[in-house]
Amino acid sequence: MKHLLSTADLDVADAVRILDTAGSMAATQAREIKKLPTLRGRTVVNLFFEDSTRTRISFETAAKRLSADVINFSAKGSSVSKGESLKDTALTLQAMGADAVVIRHHASGAPHTLATSGWTHGAVINAGDGMHQHPTQALLDAYTLRRHLAGPGDVTGRDLTGLRIAIVGDVLHSRVARSNVHLLHTLGAEVVLVAPPTLLPVGVGAWPARVSYHLDEVLADEKPDAIMMLRVQRERMSSAGGGFFPSPLEYTRRYGLDARRLALLPEHAIVLHPGPMNRGLEISADAADSTRAVIVEQVANGVAVRMAVLYLLLAGGDAPARAAAPTDDMKVDA
Amino acid sequence: MTRNYLLRDVSPLGEGTTDVLLADGIIAAIGAGAEAQAQDPVIINGSGLVLLPGLVDLHTHLREPGREDAETVRSGTRAAAMGGFTAVHAMANTTPTQDTAGVVEQVWRLGRDAGWVDVRPIGAVTVGLEGERLAELGAMAESAAQVRVFSDDGKCVHDPVVMRRALEYVKAFDGVIAQHAQEPRLTEGAQMHEGVVSAELGLAGWPAVAEEAIIARDVLLAEHVGSRLHVCHLSTAGSVEIIRWAKSRGIDVTAEVTPHHLILTDELARGYDPVFKVNPPLRTQRDVEAVREGLADGTIDIVATDHAPHTREDKDCEWGAAAFGMTGLETALSVVQETMVDTGRMTWADVARVLSTTPARIGRVTDHGRPIAVGEPANLTLVDPGIRRVVVPEEQATHSVNSPFRGRELAGCVIATWLRGRATVMDGSACDESVVVSS
Ligand SMILES: [Zn+2]
Repeated sequence: MKHLLSTADLDVADAVRILDTAGSMAATQAREIKKLPTLRGRTVVNLFFEDSTRTRISFETAAKRLSADVINFSAKGSSVSKGESLKDTALTLQAMGADAVVIRHHASGAPHTLATSGWTHGAVINAGDGMHQHPTQALLDAYTLRRHLAGPGDVTGRDLTGLRIAIVGDVLHSRVARSNVHLLHTLGAEVVLVAPPTLLPVGVGAWPARVSYHLDEVLADEKPDAIMMLRVQRERMSSAGGGFFPSPLEYTRRYGLDARRLALLPEHAIVLHPGPMNRGLEISADAADSTRAVIVEQVANGVAVRMAVLYLLLAGGDAPARAAAPTDDMKVDA
Repeated sequence: MTRNYLLRDVSPLGEGTTDVLLADGIIAAIGAGAEAQAQDPVIINGSGLVLLPGLVDLHTHLREPGREDAETVRSGTRAAAMGGFTAVHAMANTTPTQDTAGVVEQVWRLGRDAGWVDVRPIGAVTVGLEGERLAELGAMAESAAQVRVFSDDGKCVHDPVVMRRALEYVKAFDGVIAQHAQEPRLTEGAQMHEGVVSAELGLAGWPAVAEEAIIARDVLLAEHVGSRLHVCHLSTAGSVEIIRWAKSRGIDVTAEVTPHHLILTDELARGYDPVFKVNPPLRTQRDVEAVREGLADGTIDIVATDHAPHTREDKDCEWGAAAFGMTGLETALSVVQETMVDTGRMTWADVARVLSTTPARIGRVTDHGRPIAVGEPANLTLVDPGIRRVVVPEEQATHSVNSPFRGRELAGCVIATWLRGRATVMDGSACDESVVVSS
């Protein structure tokens, strides 16, 4: 694995290895001194063409805990908005000696272009591209699901076989949904997508997932082990925004997760949301703040998963499997 | 004074072999007696070679005036000659737009001065391609450029009233509206064909219905007002069905398909290489099969290149920021040979029909697309179907390198092209420019 561009590129062994490595990383994070010397002297660039403070901070924290040097490059708001700037920016970063480029871009495929263009020799990590992919989000979701649902006992080495996951909301515009569908399928879970027909892409029939237009039916019939609520942008309602649904109220009524629907879930089921949440639209305060919700934990797991990805791409070398072994070669930097 | 050329043992339209003599700008003799009439001719061994009427492209973007960094009339027409063309129709989306007599005459003169092929400018349907007010179609028709084809290509004449008026108005001078069929609201932000691949890649979809809805509307409008309609770069199976239906009703409609829609599919977008970004987008294998079928059975009348050169900057970037379009003049004939002739679906006579005779008729270009017969103007191209060659865009005559066939081996090669008896291409190479221009 030279880059992390899409969860579709991961086989089950790759995915489990990343989750196991994340588990090791999380264990180190419980210690008093969290910093590991692993990537000392390596440079990680956060190249963000689109605002996302949460994702940037998560990657930055992960890189710093591995002792990497971090450069934050925000192209948002500057005059660069055209593709030429992707090339020029990449060449600049290459000149600075970037070992890894974490890229967030509004255009689907931009990380792929960066990785295959020869503009940079470093590892490319996709931190979200357009409507395409956000692989570390899916990995942290899978990590969270595995921690809660793949037990009992030590979940190391396990996949998600047999779990039923409902992904609810704006699938059409969601890179989180696309990443999760591939990864969850690879890990053996069953995925059902729940959305109004307007918010499902033409061609969704080819995805390894089932589709439903009715949340209540899915809750009653499928008894999902977890429900993942996707962010819905209010502006998608307007005519200029595409007119995808009649009103926020109707959306909430048909697809929102509230206390009543929460009560329909099985006892053990958990609630995920990639954030930031639109409280009152796709998720009510009751649901978001319930004990079932693991939304805050997802954020913490995000750091561990991103540490694992950086570690495997930059220090894993040719033997990433061995690298997954817990912390023998990851002595705490005292 | 042009040379005489004696083509020995060539196969006109791929049917039989004979000798053909070109002299004084015309086909002077055909058959056994041709050699006797030749005066100090250049003798070409035509054994195994197919002689076709010079190809006529109804859809070429020459980019001049305005984007001379991508292509000029000179570089684009030289590429055309290399591809076997003797006439091209220069699309109107230049800067300034070809929407006045002045601009179309400028392009026409640039073409005449370059001398590689005859350039027939296309006039814009509406002022600035804005789709609101008719451009001065009559003035362009009566200009030195003699415009007969009008198109807002790149944009669709989407307002049904404007389209109706345009269809009616050009009847006064035997013009035709060539429609770029793309319903604008259904294709806002569209990046590629809407389907399985776009769903996976997260690229905004360009649905087939956005093309088909406009074609359906336009054939009905053409029927209603009794006008001539031409559909540019038809790309979907549904569009073929609509054209087939319209023709069965006697509607005066013609349709074109591009070489790339005959051979490439949306699967190529998976690598996010913008060289495959084109409008209308590459469709599915089922659509490719349907347009081949439609071309073979005559539902689709012609092949036109939609040659769309772009600078490196406009393609060397992420997919979403890249320009739409691909070059095609120098690969068109090979693609048609490979997809239609070598598969047994068409004869070389059919190729002459779809790449020369019919496009010349649609564009009202009287001295091109003629039969290969004594006394006809010597606008001809000589093809070796037996050669296979690897496409190297940097070696092409077009100024741009955005060929989707880079590194791909294609069948057939243009050996020679003559414009009114004067060689523009000989031995597979463009003739010396000074010779071309002065003669
Ligand atoms: Zn067009």
